[in-house]
Amino acid sequence: MAHVAFTRNLQRHVACPPCAVVGGTVRESLEAAFTLYPRLRGYVLDEHGALRFHMAVFVDGAPITDRWGLSDSVSEASEIYVMQALSGG
Amino acid sequence: MDQLLISTRKGLFSARRTQRGVWDLESVSFLGDNVSLAMQDPRDGAWYAALDHGHFGAKLHRSKDRGASWEEVGVPAYPTPPEGHVEKDFLGREIPWRLIRFWCLTPGLASQPGLLWAGTLPGGLFWSEDSGATWHLVESLWHMPERRKWAGGGADSPGIHSIFVDPRDGNRVAVAVSSGGVWRTKDLGKTWTAHTKGMRADYAPPELVEAPESQDPHRMVQCPGAPNVWWVQHHNGIFRSTDDAMTWTEIKNVKPSVFGFPVVVHPKDPDTAWFVPAIKDERRIPVEGRVVVNRTRDGGRTFETLGRGLPESWAYDLVYRHGLDLDDSGERLAFGSTTGSVWISENSGDDWITLAEHLPPVHAVLFV
Repeated sequence: MAHVAFTRNLQRHVACPPCAVVGGTVRESLEAAFTLYPRLRGYVLDEHGALRFHMAVFVDGAPITDRWGLSDSVSEASEIYVMQALSGG
Repeated sequence: MDQLLISTRKGLFSARRTQRGVWDLESVSFLGDNVSLAMQDPRDGAWYAALDHGHFGAKLHRSKDRGASWEEVGVPAYPTPPEGHVEKDFLGREIPWRLIRFWCLTPGLASQPGLLWAGTLPGGLFWSEDSGATWHLVESLWHMPERRKWAGGGADSPGIHSIFVDPRDGNRVAVAVSSGGVWRTKDLGKTWTAHTKGMRADYAPPELVEAPESQDPHRMVQCPGAPNVWWVQHHNGIFRSTDDAMTWTEIKNVKPSVFGFPVVVHPKDPDTAWFVPAIKDERRIPVEGRVVVNRTRDGGRTFETLGRGLPESWAYDLVYRHGLDLDDSGERLAFGSTTGSVWISENSGDDWITLAEHLPPVHAVLFV
């Protein structure tokens, strides 16, 4: 199972400890995480399901390339990290 | 009203008037978070706080115990644009179909329990019939061709900052847009008409000076006790309507400046209104570094410039459109500034006391 971790700055708003998920893509993996933490969805994704402009997702150390579709591949051993982009200071 | 909510860049602060008649800050909610505005629902007493987290988006919280605890409720969602649709304002800048920020929250009438209206950036008007749990876009306004001509004013995207539900008829709702004019529905949002006749936008190209979409009302208010009377602090000056927003009359020659952002009107006396003037456009600071409030008691024929208790020099406080409030008595006023100062008057603005000088930048104040 892939592991998903969320920036500490999100914990202040929504409790979302690291979790193990099943999914072949970033979207499938995040959807699995949102099943555990439903309120988290609106903090990471916008109303169209795209990654928020000032958020970033890394898979195994590399930023994802499909911020709208979240179709980047995820393996069973992947480490997914959801954090703030540093844009804006 | 003995309590004041102060929405700031770094939290929602509460101040209270003690039994000795002294105002003091007493608590803060959402410390460190950007609170765009607060609203109290007079029907059930609930407070609402709109947050703009930046990275994490706009959120809405509700308190049923006057701020002791908060619960997150729903937020509006913009529709997905048609495939390949990229919308641009009339200057060619992209308008995202995405909630950026709450800019106004207004409850429906007592006869409309649970009904809330939300004005947002980038220009969507939303309504909720379940006290904010779920929201619906007013599609008639969003898809109105003239809406495409709205542009940013005060922010990169256009936004609805003033919503007034007619106290005589809850189906009649008026909104003001920076920058995009004044629009009203008489049928609970099915159809909309412009209400800007008499307004003038000096900053627009000559052929667009009187166009509804060119108008930039910074703030619009309706007198609750005389709802045919409206006041607007416009980018271009002060306008007043006495015929229920059918026509507007420009009020000129107001010293020290006719420019500013907020306006409040007395709850019963439609001739009495307050403004916080500033130097126009490029500078946006108090004239000569002196913080003052302008008051008219004769419908705008004359103004008094009130400054007793306010900084007389070296002050550069700007007051945003929701940064001035008046309580139900019509005598108690408060305003907060971009440099974190808050002042209160208990005698209609004749005298002012300093409540705070070092708060974060103030977006809005509200008596509750």
